[in-house]
Amino acid sequence: MSIAAKSVSGTGFDVERARADFPILQQTVHGRPLAYLDNAATTQKPRAVIGAISRYYEGTNSNVHRGVHYLSEQATNEYEGVRKTAQKFLNAADLREIIFVRGTTEAINLVAQSYGRANLGAGDEILITGMEHHSNIVPWQLLCEERGATLRAAPINDVGELDLDRFSKMVGPQTKLVAVTHVSNALGTVNPVRRIVEIAHGFSVPVLVDGAQAVPHMTADVQALGCDFYAFSGHKVYGPTGIGVLYGKAALLEKMPPYQGGGDMIISVTFEKTVYNRLPYKFEAGTPDIAGVIGLGAALEYVNNLGLENIGAHETALLRYATAAVSSIPGLRIIGTAKDKAGVLSFTLEDIHPHDIGTILDQQGVAIRTGHHCSQPVMQHFGVEATARASFGLYNTKEEVDTLVRAIERVREVFA
Amino acid sequence: MSDLRDLYQEVILEHSKAPRNYRESPAATRKAEGFNPLCGDRFTVYLTMDGDSIRDISFQGSGCAISKASASMMTQTVKGKSTAEVEELFDSFHKLCTGRGHGNGGANLGKLTVFSGVWEYPARVKCATLAWHTLQAALEGKQETTTE
Repeated sequence: MSIAAKSVSGTGFDVERARADFPILQQTVHGRPLAYLDNAATTQKPRAVIGAISRYYEGTNSNVHRGVHYLSEQATNEYEGVRKTAQKFLNAADLREIIFVRGTTEAINLVAQSYGRANLGAGDEILITGMEHHSNIVPWQLLCEERGATLRAAPINDVGELDLDRFSKMVGPQTKLVAVTHVSNALGTVNPVRRIVEIAHGFSVPVLVDGAQAVPHMTADVQALGCDFYAFSGHKVYGPTGIGVLYGKAALLEKMPPYQGGGDMIISVTFEKTVYNRLPYKFEAGTPDIAGVIGLGAALEYVNNLGLENIGAHETALLRYATAAVSSIPGLRIIGTAKDKAGVLSFTLEDIHPHDIGTILDQQGVAIRTGHHCSQPVMQHFGVEATARASFGLYNTKEEVDTLVRAIERVREVFA
Repeated sequence: MSDLRDLYQEVILEHSKAPRNYRESPAATRKAEGFNPLCGDRFTVYLTMDGDSIRDISFQGSGCAISKASASMMTQTVKGKSTAEVEELFDSFHKLCTGRGHGNGGANLGKLTVFSGVWEYPARVKCATLAWHTLQAALEGKQETTTE
């Protein structure tokens, strides 16, 4: 392999330089160089993120929005600075529309419990798709159970794309909320979110978008998409775990009751009456994950500096290369072959269980995810118990894809 | 790198491809379902008891090579054994799979020692022991068990 080949397909993205930013990638696993292909589960962290968190704890640590002292002011400035970074990242119209949460799961639960409980009743419907992660299914089931509402799922086709015709027919006056993933974690399918929003808004139905798998690969412009809520997790976009963002249109958030009660989300408290704080603080009860927010800010700046377009182009080239390479392996079936895909290569190999594939790949230093990927309905749709999933990040190389292919060949040898 | 053949021994691969006693038993007096939520492995174990002894045992379900082979070999091993003997075997087998009992004491595991490579793969211990947990649940009269 020549050095030139490392810059995949001439996208101009310097992957070797980016790799050097990630200390964890330098290690060997079971005596082999680590090929980390489990980015849809979580991404690794660049020095910029690790350093920002250390610097915060070593130099700035203090509670936010409370103290008059120097450190508290510094911490508050940094924390609120990240809100601006996140606003810019999502192109939100208003800073108050950015709410810090633990991650995508908490963001969806917040909308279900706050918006959902206030707006849904018996006979109402929530519409999702057949490719959702459990975190965009179960919060709605909990809500439906409580409110006597019904959860419906628009079907997906044989290649793993949303059946938009069927979806359109399922939206109606009874629909009170649409919740769709931007990119499927199990299949890599990119959903036509703009079109989905147009259809839903035709019936004045608000749309929540699960952006967990999208933001690491592409620009998520909430104004261009037109969605009402957008959720993502920091740890899937090279930031820390335990922190994420919920975007919501200010007009909706204003009307929503608080999700959790506690400090920071109030103006005044008496035993008779409590006045809630203004946006976004109304939804940020208790001391937040300040270090997490600061790490998230560093992560968003890191990907902004590299350029999401460059990252996306690099990963698209890599996915195309990997798809072609594994297609020549006898007995390998790719699960999810949508025209528009991002980052994910899910597959089965003959009747070899993905768990066995995962163990044998691990022995060769290749980290992938195996199982149902928290998307059991997707597995049922394709008639499989589980899949093996390689998922790509900005630091992955063609050489790692070659290693993956050799490792899959080894699986076939063991089970021959 | 530990040799993959320590884990995927020929006997294990052979049993996973052609599992023994792999059938539903409608006449079974007891059955239990075992589930590993982590990987989706799911087995049903069917028991027909003769007093305190296992007269017949079969299983069905889906799972990885390790879990299926373990279930298959378990059914061969425990047929005719008493509840107490099964408990003792499971205890020894569990120790074998977790690397805590390399052949010292406990029940005679016989062919089951092919699973001695499992302890080097901690993530796979639950695969090897799922069928045993399910058998234990069936013996205790429980309907289902999980490895979580």
